[in-house]
Amino acid sequence: MTKILDYTREDAGQPPSLFPAYASTVARSPREPLVRIPQTLTETTGPADWSALMGESKADLTRQHAAAPLGQRIIVSGRVLDEAHRPVPNTVVEIWQANAAGRYIHKKDQWDAPLDPNFTGAGRVITDAEGRYRYVTVRPGAYPWRNHYNAWRPSHIHLSLLGPAFATRLVTQMYFPDDPLIPIDPIAGAVPEAYRQRMVSRFDLATTQPDWALGYLFDIVLRGPDATPMGI
Amino acid sequence: MSGPTKTLDNQSPELFGQTPWQTVGPFFHYGLPWKGGADLTGGSDLGARPELTPEGHYVLKTARDPGPLAGKMIEIVGQVFDADDVPVPDAMIEIWQANAAGRYNSPDDPREELALDAGFIGFGRGATSEDGEYRFNTILPGRTPGPGNSQQAPHIAVGVFGRGLLKRLVTRIYFEGEAANDEDPILALAPAARRLTLIASKTGEATYRFDIHLQGEHETVFFDI
Ligand SMILES: [Fe+3]
Repeated sequence: MTKILDYTREDAGQPPSLFPAYASTVARSPREPLVRIPQTLTETTGPADWSALMGESKADLTRQHAAAPLGQRIIVSGRVLDEAHRPVPNTVVEIWQANAAGRYIHKKDQWDAPLDPNFTGAGRVITDAEGRYRYVTVRPGAYPWRNHYNAWRPSHIHLSLLGPAFATRLVTQMYFPDDPLIPIDPIAGAVPEAYRQRMVSRFDLATTQPDWALGYLFDIVLRGPDATPMGI
Repeated sequence: MSGPTKTLDNQSPELFGQTPWQTVGPFFHYGLPWKGGADLTGGSDLGARPELTPEGHYVLKTARDPGPLAGKMIEIVGQVFDADDVPVPDAMIEIWQANAAGRYNSPDDPREELALDAGFIGFGRGATSEDGEYRFNTILPGRTPGPGNSQQAPHIAVGVFGRGLLKRLVTRIYFEGEAANDEDPILALAPAARRLTLIASKTGEATYRFDIHLQGEHETVFFDI
C-alpha cells in the first residue's frame, strides 16, 4: 500500500453548485448527489513545474503594452496558505480582470465601456518560499451583466490556483473593501454570509507605495492536509 | 470607547479558513487556457481560443514540445451539455493523469521505481468551442494504486469549470474496453445505473469520446473529493 496524504474536504463557507439567484447555475448544476470517494494518488498529487507548463511569470499588468494603462494603479499582495496556516510555496497564482472602466478585453464582452489598448488584464506568478505573491495592476471597474434588472458586478479580480494537488484547486474572485455592490451580488452572495468577507481584500498602507500605487492585502487559503484522514 | 464597527475582511484572524470558490465567468479565455494546453503530447495549439482575444493582447503561453513520450497516444473528444442538452460554449476542462507507467509527475508520488517522462507533465487545460466541444491529445495512462491494496484502472481526473459553475465539478474519464474497469475501487462507488457516464467510448484505434452532461437524463457522475 502506498502511503498518501489526505486533504480536508470543502468547508461550510463554500457556495452550492445551484444558486438560483445566479441564473446560469439553474441549467448547469447537477441534480444528483455528488459521489463521495476516498482520495487516491490521483487526487493527492499535482503538477509542480510551472514554467514548463504555463511559461514565465507576468506580475506587472501595467507594463504589458506600449504605455501605461488608464486607471488607479494598485498593488495586490498576500500569501497562499493552507488551513494549518502553513505557506504554500512554489504554486501558481493566475489572475484576470476587467480594465479600469469595467470592460474585459474578451471579444464577447460587448458592454459599452472603453477598451484600453494598454491593458490586457491577465497575469501569472509563482509563490515564493513563504507562499507570497505580488501583482501590480489597475483597479478594475464594476460592470453590468444581464442576470437580473439593473445587475452590476462589484469590482473584482479573478484568481486561479492549483496548489500542491488536484484536490487543492481553487478559482475565486477578490473583492475590494466597502464596495456597496457586494451585498447585492448573486455571485458573491452564493457564499454563505458568515464567510463572504473572506473574499474581501484589505487596504494596507504598508503595502501602498508613496507617490505610486495603493496597496491591498489578500491571503488565499487552500484546502490543507487532513489531520485525521478517514477511509470510506 | 465607541467607534465605527469593524468590518471583518480577508485579513481578520476570526475569518481564517478556506477561500470560497467563485465562478470563472464567461470571460476567462484570455486568462486561463493557453495554446497547447490541451495537447499533452506536444506541438499543437490545442486548448486555446485565441480568436476571443483581440490582436496584440494574447499574453498566455504558446505550444511546447515535450519530446518523445512512452506509451500510446490517444485523442479524447467530447461535448459539454446543460440540462436541456444545449452545448456549453463557455466551459473549460482540466485533466490530471499519470503517465503510461502509472507514475504521476508530482513530488507527492513517492514511487521512484516507476519511470518518469520528463516532458510529460500530465496536466492539461482546454476551453470548449462554440459547439461546446473540447479535445485533448494525451497518453493512455497506466494503472495506479487505490485505497488499501487495490489497483485503479487507467483513468484521468477531470475538472469542469464555466459560466454558471460556481465551483469546479470533478469527474473521471475511464476507457471502454479496459478489463481493469471491473475491479476499479472508485468506479464501483458510482451508482451502477450511471456508471457508464464515466467511461469514454472507443471511437477508433486511438480515439475516445467522453461527453459531459451537467444535468438531465444523462447527468454525468460527479465526485466529492
Ligand atoms: Fe468578472
